Amino acid sequence: MVLGLVALAVVAVACAPNATQSTLEPKGPYAQKSYDLFVPVFWVAVGIFVIVEGLLLLFVIRYRHRKNQTARIPAQVHGNTRLEIAWTILPTLILAGVAVPTIATIWDLAAKPTGDVLEVNVLAHQWWWEFDYPDQKILTANELHIPTGRPVYVTLCAVGFGYGTPVPSQGGPPAPNACQTGPPDGQPPAAIGAAVIHSFWVPELAGTQDVVPDLTNHLTIQADEPGVYEGQCKEFCGLSHAYMKFKVVAHTPADFERWVAEQQAPASPDVSGDAAAGKEIFLQTCTACHAVAGLETANGQPAIANGGPNLTHLMSRQCFRGCTLEVNDENLARWIADPRSVEAGSFMPDYGLTSDQIDQVVAFLNTLE
Amino acid sequence: MASVSVPAERPGGLLRRPHATTGWWSWFTTVDHKKIGILYGITAFGFFLIGGSEALLIRVQLARPDQTFLEPAVYNELFTMHGITMVFLVVMPLSAAFFNYLLPLMIGARDVVFPRLNAFSYWAFLFAGLFIYSSWFLGGAPNGGWFGYAPNSVTDPSVGMTFYAIGLLIAGIASTVSAVNLAVTVLNMRAPGMTLFRMPVFVWMGLVVQLLLAFSLPVITIGLTELLFDRLFGTHFFDVAAGGSPVLWQHLFWLFGHPEVYILVLPAMGIVSEILPVFARKPLFGYQFIVFSGIAIGFIGFGVWAHHMFAVGLGPVANTAFAVSTMIIAIPTGVKIFNWLGTLWNGDLRFATPMLFSIGFIAMFVIGGLSGVTHAVVPSDYQQTDTYYIVAHFHYVLFGGAIFGLFGGIYYWWPKVFGRMLSETWGKLNFWLMLIGFNMTFGPMHILGLQGMPRRIQSYPASLGLSFWNMVSSIGAFVIAISVLVFLINAISSFRKPKQMEADPWDARTLEWATSSPPPEYNFEEIPVVHSLDDLWHRKYAETEGGRVVPVAAGGSGETPSAGEHAGGDGGAGHGAGHAIHMPSPSYFPLIAAAGFPIVGYGLIFGRPAIVLGLVITLAGFFGWAMEPSSE
Amino acid sequence: MASLEHSVAPPVSDHAATSTGLPSLKLAMWLFLASDCLLFGALISTYVLYRGASTTGPFPADVFDIPFTSVSSFVLLASSLTMVLALAAIQRGDVGRSRVWLLATALLGMAFLGGQVYEFTSFVREGLTLKTNVFGTSFYVLTGFHGTHVAVGVLMLLTLFTLSFAGKITQDSAMTVELVGLYWHFVDIVWIVIFTVVYLIPTGNPGAGG
Repeated sequence: MVLGLVALAVVAVACAPNATQSTLEPKGPYAQKSYDLFVPVFWVAVGIFVIVEGLLLLFVIRYRHRKNQTARIPAQVHGNTRLEIAWTILPTLILAGVAVPTIATIWDLAAKPTGDVLEVNVLAHQWWWEFDYPDQKILTANELHIPTGRPVYVTLCAVGFGYGTPVPSQGGPPAPNACQTGPPDGQPPAAIGAAVIHSFWVPELAGTQDVVPDLTNHLTIQADEPGVYEGQCKEFCGLSHAYMKFKVVAHTPADFERWVAEQQAPASPDVSGDAAAGKEIFLQTCTACHAVAGLETANGQPAIANGGPNLTHLMSRQCFRGCTLEVNDENLARWIADPRSVEAGSFMPDYGLTSDQIDQVVAFLNTLE
Repeated sequence: MASVSVPAERPGGLLRRPHATTGWWSWFTTVDHKKIGILYGITAFGFFLIGGSEALLIRVQLARPDQTFLEPAVYNELFTMHGITMVFLVVMPLSAAFFNYLLPLMIGARDVVFPRLNAFSYWAFLFAGLFIYSSWFLGGAPNGGWFGYAPNSVTDPSVGMTFYAIGLLIAGIASTVSAVNLAVTVLNMRAPGMTLFRMPVFVWMGLVVQLLLAFSLPVITIGLTELLFDRLFGTHFFDVAAGGSPVLWQHLFWLFGHPEVYILVLPAMGIVSEILPVFARKPLFGYQFIVFSGIAIGFIGFGVWAHHMFAVGLGPVANTAFAVSTMIIAIPTGVKIFNWLGTLWNGDLRFATPMLFSIGFIAMFVIGGLSGVTHAVVPSDYQQTDTYYIVAHFHYVLFGGAIFGLFGGIYYWWPKVFGRMLSETWGKLNFWLMLIGFNMTFGPMHILGLQGMPRRIQSYPASLGLSFWNMVSSIGAFVIAISVLVFLINAISSFRKPKQMEADPWDARTLEWATSSPPPEYNFEEIPVVHSLDDLWHRKYAETEGGRVVPVAAGGSGETPSAGEHAGGDGGAGHGAGHAIHMPSPSYFPLIAAAGFPIVGYGLIFGRPAIVLGLVITLAGFFGWAMEPSSE
Repeated sequence: MASLEHSVAPPVSDHAATSTGLPSLKLAMWLFLASDCLLFGALISTYVLYRGASTTGPFPADVFDIPFTSVSSFVLLASSLTMVLALAAIQRGDVGRSRVWLLATALLGMAFLGGQVYEFTSFVREGLTLKTNVFGTSFYVLTGFHGTHVAVGVLMLLTLFTLSFAGKITQDSAMTVELVGLYWHFVDIVWIVIFTVVYLIPTGNPGAGG
C-alpha cells in the first residue's frame, strides 16, 4: 500500500512537463552556481559581438568602393600604437573581471559540502549507472533517489564488467576504496574488465564530472524541489554511449525515508506458479551477475552483484537498460531474449531461453517490488 | 661549387633518374614545390568531399529523434572518421598546399630547401590517408573518436583504433619532416633584403605553424605509440589494473591537440592578412602586432592544453591555472581581429570572392572565439563540455574560420596557380550559400548544447525537445553541400577558359605576383632584391609629398619586376632566359621511401613478415635518395 | 643566392649563402634535434609518472645492475669523444684518421647496443618483460626508442665509413660528418638524462601498488 503510494508519487512527478536536460533551468544550488556565472559572461560576449560585428558591418558598408567614384588609393596607414595598447588592455580588464568569479566558483564547487550530506557512490558501467548508498546499505540502478534540500555528495567510480570488490553497501570497504578497480590483495586482476571513462551529468542539478578509472572524482548535487531530473553519460564510452541515461528522482525528506525503508527490505520469498519456475531459472543463470537481497545462489551463497544491476526492487523502478526502456513485461522479455539486439555490444549474454522460460522469469521479476 | 659526378649507386640498378617535368608521370616523381602544393590541394579537397559526406550521413541520422538509419557501430565510425579526416586529411594538408606553393614564391626563392624531402612528405601523407581509409574494408574503421580516449580506445575489440594509431603516426612523420623543411626554407632561403620583418604575414604564420608542428607532433607520436603498444603488444600504459593512467593519454593527446588547433587556424589567418590589404587597397594595419600576436599565440598555445580536461578531475589548482591561461590567449587573438578591422577602416573595399570569404572569416571567427571564452569559465564549462555547444564552438573557428579562410585563398591564388580566374558569379553564389548553410548547421548547435544534447550520440529521444533545431541543422548541412557543389562547378569550368593570365591581376602586394601566372619552374627569372615590406606594391606605387599614393611609371625610378636588381650570379640564379637555371631533378625515391610505411602498418596488423618488407622498401628508398645527387 | 645543391653523399658546400648564415642542413638538424627533445621528454615523463606505480614486480631495484650500466654509459660517452676526433680530423683534411675515428665511434656504439641487449635479456630472464608491469612497459619503450636512435646513428656512421673509401668524404664535405656528430652527441646526452632519471635516482617506494 505504502509502496503503491510512493510509486504513484513517482509516476506523477515523472509525468511533469519539464522533464528536460537543459542547462538553462537550474533546479538546485549547484547548478545555479554554474548558471549564475554563465549568464553575465554570455551577455558580455553578446555585447562584444554587437560591437565587433557592428564595426565590421559599418566598415563594409561605409568604405565599399562605389562604382561612380573615381578609383582612389586610400592613405596607406600602417597602424596606431595607442590603439594597439588600448585594445590589448581593455580585453585584459574584461577577462580579469570574468576570471575572478570564475576562480572563486571553481574552489567553491571543489569543496566537500558540510552539514547534513547524503553520500552516494555512483558506479559507471558500460552502459548503465549503479547507485550504492553506503550508509543506508542500498544498491540500486538507473534511478538515483535523493531527498530535496540536502546536498548529495557523489563519489564517481568507473568499473568494468565483473568488478571483484563488493561495494560498501554490500559489506565492502568504504569509499574511496569503492572506486578501487584493483582486486583485493592476492586476487588476480582479470575480474576487472573494461572500465572506461564516463561522465555523470544531470544538468538541472549540477555540471558534470568525469568518471575516470584511476581517479576518485566527486560531485555535489542538490535538488530544491521534488521531481524527476534527466541525466546522461556525456563522455564517449563505446558502442552504446548514447543509451547510458539515468534519472534523479528527488523526494521530500519524508518520502525519501519511505523509499529507503522499502529498498532496505529484502525481496519477498513467496512466489508460486510461473514465478516459482522463473525463480529457479533465475537462480541457475541470472545470479551469475545479478543480485537479489535475501536470495541465495544455487550453491548457497548470497547473490552479490557482479556486473549486472541489483534487481531486488526492480519493480519499484520506472526504467531499466540504461534508463532507456520502461519497466514492463514486453520490454523485459525482449531484453532477456536477445540483449544485443536491444543494446549494441551488451555484456549480458543470451542464455537461449525459450519464450516460455522467459515468461516465467518475467513473472518472477514482477514479484521483486 | 663542387659537384660530384660519380654515378650514384642504386639498389637493384633498375631505376634511371627521371628527368621529365611535364606529363602525367612527372607528378609521381616531381620535387617542384608548386606541383607538390597542387598535389596536396587536390588530395585534401578529395578528403574534404569524403569527410563532408560523412557529416551529411551523421546529420541525416540526427535530423529526427530515435532514428535507426545508422546503427551505433557505424555511427561511431562515421563521427570518428569525420573528425580524423577534417583535421588531419583536409585542413592540415590544405594549409600545406598553400605553404608549399607560396612560401618559396613569397620569399623570393626558387624552391624549398629540401625538395625531395618535400615530395616525401606528400607521399607519406597520401599513404597515411589511404591507410586509414582502407580500414573500412579491412575489419572496421576507427570508432573511438578522433581524440581516442583510453581506456576505451585500447579495449575496443574492433581493429579500427589500431589503424588510427598507425595511420596518424605515418601522417605525423610526414608533417614533422615537412615542418623542418619549411621552417629552414623560411629562415634560410629569403631573397636578399628580405629581413624577417619584411616577410609577408602569411610567411610568418607559416614559420610559427612549422615550429608548432615540430614541437607538438613528437608528443602525440609517443601517445600514439603507447596506445599502439597497449593494443598490439599487451603493454600497460593505460591499463588501470596494472597502475597505468588513462589520464596520461589525455595529457599527451592535448599537449599536441591544442597547438594543433592553432596549426589549423593560423594559416587561414595568414591568408586573410594577405587578402584584406589587397582588396582594401591599403596596408595591413599593425603588421608587427599581428606578427607578434601570432608568435604569442604559438607560445601560449602550449600552455592551455588542459582546458580540454576541465571535467576530468585534475583539481581546482590545475583548473584555475588553465582557465587563466586560456583567457590570456584570447588577448592576442583579439589584437589580430582589431587590426584586421583597422585594415578595412578607410579602405577602398572591393568585394571580390576572396574578400567575401575573408570578411566571412572574421565574422564567423569572432563568434567562435567568443564561445571559446565562455568555455574558459570553468564552472560553466562543466555544463558545456561534451555537448553540442562545444561542437558549435569548434566548427565556428575551424569551418567558419579555417575553411572560409582557405576558400578565400583558393579564389585569390587560383589565377596564379592555374593561369585562369574562377568565375566571380559562381564564387559569390558559393560564398553566400556556404555562409547561410554554415550558420544554419552550426548556429543551432549552441542552443542544442545548452538544452542538454551531448556529443557523440547516435540518437536522442523525442522527449528532450531537441528535434526542431536538429532538423534545421541537418537542412543547413545540405545547403553547405550545395555550396561545395557550386565550387566544384566553378573550379572545373575554369579549366575551359584559356590559360592566359597576367602576373598581377589583383594589383597585389607580395612577391608571388611579380612572376608569371603560373610561374615558371624556377619561379623567378631573376631573384628579386627586397627593399621593404610589401616590396611589390612599393615598386608599383610611390607616396608623394602630400601623402598621396601614385602609380610609378614603368621603367621609371621604381623597379619593375623583370628589370629589377637581381642577386649575384653564382649558385642557381641565371640571367635572363632562365635556361641556365638548374633546378633539382625529379626522383622516385621519395615515393618509394614513403611507400614502405603503410606496408609496415599492414604488417603490424595482419602479418609480421610485411613489417620486414616495408622496412626494406623504406630503407632502400632512403639509401637510394641519399646516394643520388640532388640534380643531374 | 641560396644554393640548392645538397644531399648527404655528394659533398655539401659550407659556402652557400643563406639568410641566417647557417648552412641549411645544420639548421635542419638542430631543429630536428629540438623536436626529438620533446619525443624523449614525453617518454621520460611517462616513465617518471609511473615510477612506483607498478602493482606487481619485478621492480627497478630487483633488476638494475648499476655498475654494468655505468660501464656501458661510459662506453657511449667515449664514443662522443671519438666522434669529436673524427670531425677534427676531417676538418684538417685527414681522411684516414677520420675514417679510423668514425669506425671507433661506430664500434663503441655497437658495444653500447650490445650491452643493452645483454641487459635486457637478463631482465627478461628475471621476469621483467614489456607486459609484466608498467615499469617494464615504460622502461623498455623508453630505452628501446633510445636504442633505435643509437642504431640509426651507427648505421649513419658505418655509411660514412664506407663512403670514405670511395673518396666521398673530404675536407669540403666535413659538414656531413659534423651533422652526424650533432646527432650522435644528442643521442649521448639523452642517454645521460635517461641513465640519471631511470637508473640513478632511487625509486622512493618500489612497487607500493596503484
